[in-house]
Amino acid sequence: MAEIHLDPKVLSGLQEVMEGEYPKLLDTFLDDSQKRVEALRTARDDAKALGLIAHSFKGSSGNLGAVRLAELCRQLEDRSAKPVPVDLGELVDKIDQEFARVRPLYEHERQRFQL
Amino acid sequence: MSVLAPVLEPLTILIAEDSAADLLLLSTIIRRQGHQVLTASNGEEAVEVFTRERPQLVLMDALMPVMDGFEAVRRIKQLAGEALVPIIFLTSLRESEALAQCLDAGGDDFLPKPYNPLILAAKINAMDRLRRLQATVLQQRDLIARHHDYLLHEQRVAKAVFDKVAHSGCINAAPNIRYLQSPYALFNGDLLLAAYTPSGDMHVLLGDFTGHGLPAAVGAMPLAEVFYGMTAKGYGLTQILREMNAKLKRILPVDMFCCATLLCLSAQRRVVEVWNGGMPEGYVHEITTGKRTPLMSRHLPLGVLLAEAFDDRTEVWPMAVGDRVFLLSDGVLDTADANEQLFGAGRLRQVFAANREPDHLFEEIELALAAFRGEVRDDVSMVEITLQPGQSLRATGQLYADSGQSSPLDWSVSFEFRAETLKRYNPLPYLLQLLLEIHGLREQSGALYSVMAELYSNALEHGVLGLDSRLKRDAQGFAEYYRLRNDRLARLNSGYVRVHVQVVPTEVGGKMTLRIEDSGAGFDVEQVLARPLDIDRLSGRGLSLVRQLSSDVRWSDGGRSVCVEFSWEALA
Repeated sequence: MAEIHLDPKVLSGLQEVMEGEYPKLLDTFLDDSQKRVEALRTARDDAKALGLIAHSFKGSSGNLGAVRLAELCRQLEDRSAKPVPVDLGELVDKIDQEFARVRPLYEHERQRFQL
Repeated sequence: MSVLAPVLEPLTILIAEDSAADLLLLSTIIRRQGHQVLTASNGEEAVEVFTRERPQLVLMDALMPVMDGFEAVRRIKQLAGEALVPIIFLTSLRESEALAQCLDAGGDDFLPKPYNPLILAAKINAMDRLRRLQATVLQQRDLIARHHDYLLHEQRVAKAVFDKVAHSGCINAAPNIRYLQSPYALFNGDLLLAAYTPSGDMHVLLGDFTGHGLPAAVGAMPLAEVFYGMTAKGYGLTQILREMNAKLKRILPVDMFCCATLLCLSAQRRVVEVWNGGMPEGYVHEITTGKRTPLMSRHLPLGVLLAEAFDDRTEVWPMAVGDRVFLLSDGVLDTADANEQLFGAGRLRQVFAANREPDHLFEEIELALAAFRGEVRDDVSMVEITLQPGQSLRATGQLYADSGQSSPLDWSVSFEFRAETLKRYNPLPYLLQLLLEIHGLREQSGALYSVMAELYSNALEHGVLGLDSRLKRDAQGFAEYYRLRNDRLARLNSGYVRVHVQVVPTEVGGKMTLRIEDSGAGFDVEQVLARPLDIDRLSGRGLSLVRQLSSDVRWSDGGRSVCVEFSWEALA
């Protein structure tokens, strides 16, 4: 099954809703996501902290159409809540990689609205 | 803009969300929908902003740093008090337990991520409708509470005024009256009045206005005024009834009237005179025999008929000392049980039949009503008047405010009342008013009125109408006597009663001579006066009373003319 990284229909919907604020939304998302990815790395061994960050990151990436990123965050949130500790490092890395993958796509989208 | 539902009225909406991108997205959507947006990035900030700005609706992320959404919602709901501030949780929580936690904390709805602007707008509108509904309900509740307080206040004031008017008579002071009336019976239209006439008779009225509440009570004022005013001036039942009926007919709307029993209890004459228009039947209870004579309703209520059609005929029943008159309102008979069955006259008669101790009758009726229904209604009125001897005569002093300086002291006047007048007019109150212009006589107004009333009714009944007082020796003859009286009076077309008053000053004060003549056949004065005073219970009383109360009584012209004197000493 082909994996969707960025849903273009979501982006066009957002552009319609946000109008002039659309570029700002993209900037905010990139900035916010960068912080969350770093926070995930820092909290690598703290399951509870990872769960909270993943929950929040899941919400915003879902809203911005980063389908695969949101799905990875959901998995991390789910696993962080498991009673038996599991190694979450691998998922954190996957999220890191996925963000690295979608980031240029958002930046490219952002450049269409260069002043 | 096609995705945006129309907004009724812009709201101020607080969004609490820790993710900057989500916050920006959501605030943009909501601003586009025409609302004003306030933002907070954690629960604590949200509570602060709410306290400061009082937004009308809150969108709250569940999981946030510093203070989470659940705690923030609890605090905001507490701050909002009775007003509904709808809270929509922004959540990607999926476990039902977590969703239930949102509702437990006080959330009203959810909005799942990713956001759908259409759903969001619809939810905001739905919550706004709820918010307005709640605000309207609260406003109306407060309004109703205010109206209710106002109404209660009005009723309290009205009750205080009515109590003064309705109880200004002798209802509480007379030792021979017992009554039971629920405190707010007046607002159910029940009215109970009692007062002494100048000659010491007692007038009692138990009335029941149509309707409830204040409208039922307003008619009580004019009715009480007429009752007290005319009773004090010596008017009889028929004049009082006519005046009450005319007054109520004039002032009340057509669908309002007053069922009433009016009675005059005379300890001197040992009779009760009754008029019942529309009330349940009361009873005269003969204590020695246990017999109960019903006092049936024979007329339409007061305030229904025009004066020409009004029937003021009364019934007269003999009473012995200790006998009782019992009156009740329809609240007693109409008390209904759980199956809408009425208590009714039959059950009341059973209570009467079972009654051994007359003093416990009220309690027994109340017990029976309570057993029947489970509780006593608040519009139950009962009154019982016992005939007791020796009711002292009363001066009607409080009616007059002048000093007596202008008192007339040397004059005379004569009246002749002929057939058509005798039929329908009672001259006694007018004569009493005239005589009480003499200051020195006011002290004796009770005796004066009693003597005048006795002599006038002797002149009319035994003289003009030719009725034999010996008819009244037993209860049956008593009824026959009053039947004949009404009959003959109705057919009267000749005859007269003359009243002559002469007032002269004396060395110490003054003297009033009252002479009453009639057109009848006269009677053997010697023989009648020679009869032992108590030979017959019901008849001989009048003359002994007159002789007892006035200083000098003389008959002349074969019993057709009688003369009494009253004298007084000048005031210091």
